[in-house]
Amino acid sequence: MVDIADKTALLGDLIQNSALIKPEIMLIIWASFCLLVPKDTRRWVSIFALTGLAISGFSLYWTYGYQGSAFGGMLQLDAFGAFFKILFLTNAAVCIFMSRKYMDIEEEQSGEYYCLILFATVGMMFMAAAVDLITIFISLELMAICEFILVGYLRGNRRSNEAAMKFFLLGAFSTGLLLYGMSLLYGLSGSTSLEVIAKAMEAGAAKNPLMLVAMITLIAGLGFKIAAVPFHMWCPDAYEGAPTSITAFISVGPKAAAFAVLFRIFLSGLGPVATDPTYLRLLSVLAVLTMTWANLAALTQTNIKRLLAYSTISHAGYLLLGLIAGKDNGGVTAVAIYLFLYAFMNLGAFTIIVMVRRKGLVGDTIDDLKGLVTKNPGAAIMMTVFVASLAGLPPTAGFLAKYAIFSALIEAYFKTHYTYLVILAVIGVINSVVAFYYYWLIVRAMFLIEPTDDVKLTFSPGVVTALTVTFAVTLGILLYPEPLLNFARAASNSFLR
Amino acid sequence: MLHVMGIPILNLVCYVPLAGFFIILLLDRKSVTAIKWTANLVALLDFILSIPLILSFNNPSYTDPLTNFRYIIKVPWITSLGAQYYFGIDGISLLLIMLTTLLGFIAVLSSWTAIEHRVKEYYALLLLLQTGMLGTFMALDFFLFYVFWEIMLVPMYFLIGVWGSERRLYSAIKFFLYTLAGSVLMLLGILALYFDYGRQTGVYTFNVIELQRIGFPFGLQYWVFLAFFVGFAIKVPMFPFHTWLPDAHTDAPTAGSVILAGVLLKMGTYGFVRFGLPLLPDASRYFIGIGGKSFPWMMWLCIIGIIYGALVALMQKDWKRLVAYSSVSHLGFCMLGIFAATPVAVQGGVLQMINHGLSTGALFLLVGNVYERRHTRLISEYGGLSHIMPLYATIFLIMTLSSIGMPGLNGFIGEFMILQGTFSDPTLRIWSGVAVVGIVLGAAYMLWLFQRTMFGEVTNPKNELLDDLNFREAFCYVPLIILSFWIGLYPQTFLRYLDDPVNRVVSKVRGSDYFKLSIPVADATTSPTVAPGTVVADRPAPHR
Repeated sequence: MVDIADKTALLGDLIQNSALIKPEIMLIIWASFCLLVPKDTRRWVSIFALTGLAISGFSLYWTYGYQGSAFGGMLQLDAFGAFFKILFLTNAAVCIFMSRKYMDIEEEQSGEYYCLILFATVGMMFMAAAVDLITIFISLELMAICEFILVGYLRGNRRSNEAAMKFFLLGAFSTGLLLYGMSLLYGLSGSTSLEVIAKAMEAGAAKNPLMLVAMITLIAGLGFKIAAVPFHMWCPDAYEGAPTSITAFISVGPKAAAFAVLFRIFLSGLGPVATDPTYLRLLSVLAVLTMTWANLAALTQTNIKRLLAYSTISHAGYLLLGLIAGKDNGGVTAVAIYLFLYAFMNLGAFTIIVMVRRKGLVGDTIDDLKGLVTKNPGAAIMMTVFVASLAGLPPTAGFLAKYAIFSALIEAYFKTHYTYLVILAVIGVINSVVAFYYYWLIVRAMFLIEPTDDVKLTFSPGVVTALTVTFAVTLGILLYPEPLLNFARAASNSFLR
Repeated sequence: MLHVMGIPILNLVCYVPLAGFFIILLLDRKSVTAIKWTANLVALLDFILSIPLILSFNNPSYTDPLTNFRYIIKVPWITSLGAQYYFGIDGISLLLIMLTTLLGFIAVLSSWTAIEHRVKEYYALLLLLQTGMLGTFMALDFFLFYVFWEIMLVPMYFLIGVWGSERRLYSAIKFFLYTLAGSVLMLLGILALYFDYGRQTGVYTFNVIELQRIGFPFGLQYWVFLAFFVGFAIKVPMFPFHTWLPDAHTDAPTAGSVILAGVLLKMGTYGFVRFGLPLLPDASRYFIGIGGKSFPWMMWLCIIGIIYGALVALMQKDWKRLVAYSSVSHLGFCMLGIFAATPVAVQGGVLQMINHGLSTGALFLLVGNVYERRHTRLISEYGGLSHIMPLYATIFLIMTLSSIGMPGLNGFIGEFMILQGTFSDPTLRIWSGVAVVGIVLGAAYMLWLFQRTMFGEVTNPKNELLDDLNFREAFCYVPLIILSFWIGLYPQTFLRYLDDPVNRVVSKVRGSDYFKLSIPVADATTSPTVAPGTVVADRPAPHR
């Protein structure tokens, strides 16, 4: 029996803790209201959803100063989480901007769509803050289930249905693997809290042979979420079938969220194990496979959404390099910078693809962009900048991202003198040259090939906003990157404690 | 620091073309004449603005006494990474910048009638390219340097890909991928130096001057040299990385070829002089074989480049491709001089970069003139042009002679200094002997080309009605011819800018006591053609 005083204390505790997750609570309320929007005013629902994101962003600003744990160690509030939460909110906002006109064309404009985007964002935000296997799993599922539905959102479209089905089946399988790994971790350490797990690892649980099984299943489960080769099969299909705005959405947010979880589990939970060279080599193999295979597979793609799907996979490979470089060598900082900048350049590229879609044209092959420069030089130049950035050419954002990753690897080499770190860096840069070729196919189509039919872009205030923001960040960040670097460093430091 | 209108001079020279780029973007696509005038005026303005650089070069108030770099601009940029916005020039970069602004203007002027479609983009990209090249020569911060180095690729890709000839798509992407592959490896090398400097001193910086202050361990230098080598050698291009060059040069539009041959290739050689040798002296000595203790890899590659390039040029049926292969051979000479690392040889190497920019730039322009009239580059299509286009043939003769090293013209001075400087190091003497073969071959392919195209009867009736050069076309060659004779007759005007920077490079590679052993340094700096290297090298070269 709990007496009255305890109950009051508990209630007070709950209220206090709830104040710390105000951004998420606000978003949940707004998402629920999205469902209530009457049919005839549904064109305003996107603006309504954007307001929700803005309010959530403001509450994030108010709670930013607080560092520490909440809900009895279930969630951790720190700069690392805040960094990713900002990323997710931006991602959702840009996607909603580009969705508004697009969903009209697809004739699927409805409140549920925006509601699902917001709920998926809530899931990601909790993922970035979760430091307990239970909260990690629940928030990951919240995000994943919203994703499955969103990918299949075009009910009348066979490709969309197929994509959703594949995504769901493989997703469920990978969730099983992840859960299995988590249960092994629980068995080895006796707790679901990452902090306790870390202590148990130090105390000797790491030497248990079952640890290897746990590591492999965890890597496989999370590898699916970040689409690392060989767990990437769903990715091109899901990307191709999904509505383009959703392809953009799932190519950035969920990837970043999965990386946040990967860091939480591997660096804080399994810290002593994950820095062991054996596992790092395992991860290295995964990273090399991911980069190389994805880049080679992308070379032959003609569908631009599939091409960008493989590009996303290869970027996951580069990001794994950051994890391998380790937390003390700026690896975490590098990945944070990379993910943040990747969000802008990738969303920008997808915005252009969304604009190609019009009544009677799916607009998702490279050929659909042929001769874009003659019709719309501005859009062609912007697309070139986004693509150059994805390829990592200076002076775009992508260069800073790639620079951060490779610099972390070389720094790690100078501290540890493991030769494989340099080999990884060399494989990485050579991969970026290969990747350049297929990215440049897009530029080639836009500038060097004469248009065969009319290229017409669909403009709307939404896509213009999305383009302006992403373009400004992609091209301008190198002029003054200091705030971003500092924020990413703060994120990395707070996370390591 | 020299200011013009309140703007530091280097910023002004570097960004005036960029401003022109934006102005052209704002102009209407259909007002072609306005676009052409804007581009020409901007390019001319940039050249005029670069003249004060040379006029007040020796003004002590613009010189940093410590580093001897001029017109320095140093602004914090990404402080937490140790990257600065750091511009500054010495004699080597001064000459290259003057060459860039001059050739940039000539390239823009020469395109007046050659480019008829997508004029706006063409001129915009040419000007953007100009900014990239100038920035590369001015940057003294590795991060900044790398940014400019890569910025150039994009406009060059489009220039080849959009306005090029038949195989332009292939050549453009080949050029891009090759250069990119080299430069990303170079980036890893830069990072290695950056972190090793940080490990040794606790300060992390990309400042090239700072990085030169300490010695890096040989093991590191070895690998970084290889990384830099790939990056720079692809750009030069040195054998066996030269295969992109004939394609890119042949398929680029005339102005693109002029810029490619005249300036872009010099970035590779410049990279070796500015970064490769001074930062990695031990590895340089090792790979060059100075002192005769190791296999002379670099010398072999230079010689293969010189002779192989010349032999392939002999066999070409395509006029432009012939000139392209002659670049491989000439750049082999530049690299031979630079790698020989004696004061005379390095000065000759740097001067030969300028010479090659003038003569090969002119040769590409000349090919462009007839290509514009006949739309073919096959040598067999021509013959007897000296009867129809006497002015053209005269200019072509001067440039041919300049290219093959006729005394009295610029090529002779450069090649002579390279050979003499290389000869003065006993361990490298043999390479100087072998390289002479390249000069003979060079005379063979160039004179044979001249004979086949200019002399003889007019066999092809299509050639009979060709117009000689008009005023605009001929005007392009005036500065090039003047400079060719100037360098050929009185090279001292240009060489005196090279004394100090070249001596610094040489003393890095060969140790600072290299100069002390012979005549005083003061003498060496006032009369470089007397060649301090020759005197010194009678004894074994000092080796650390």
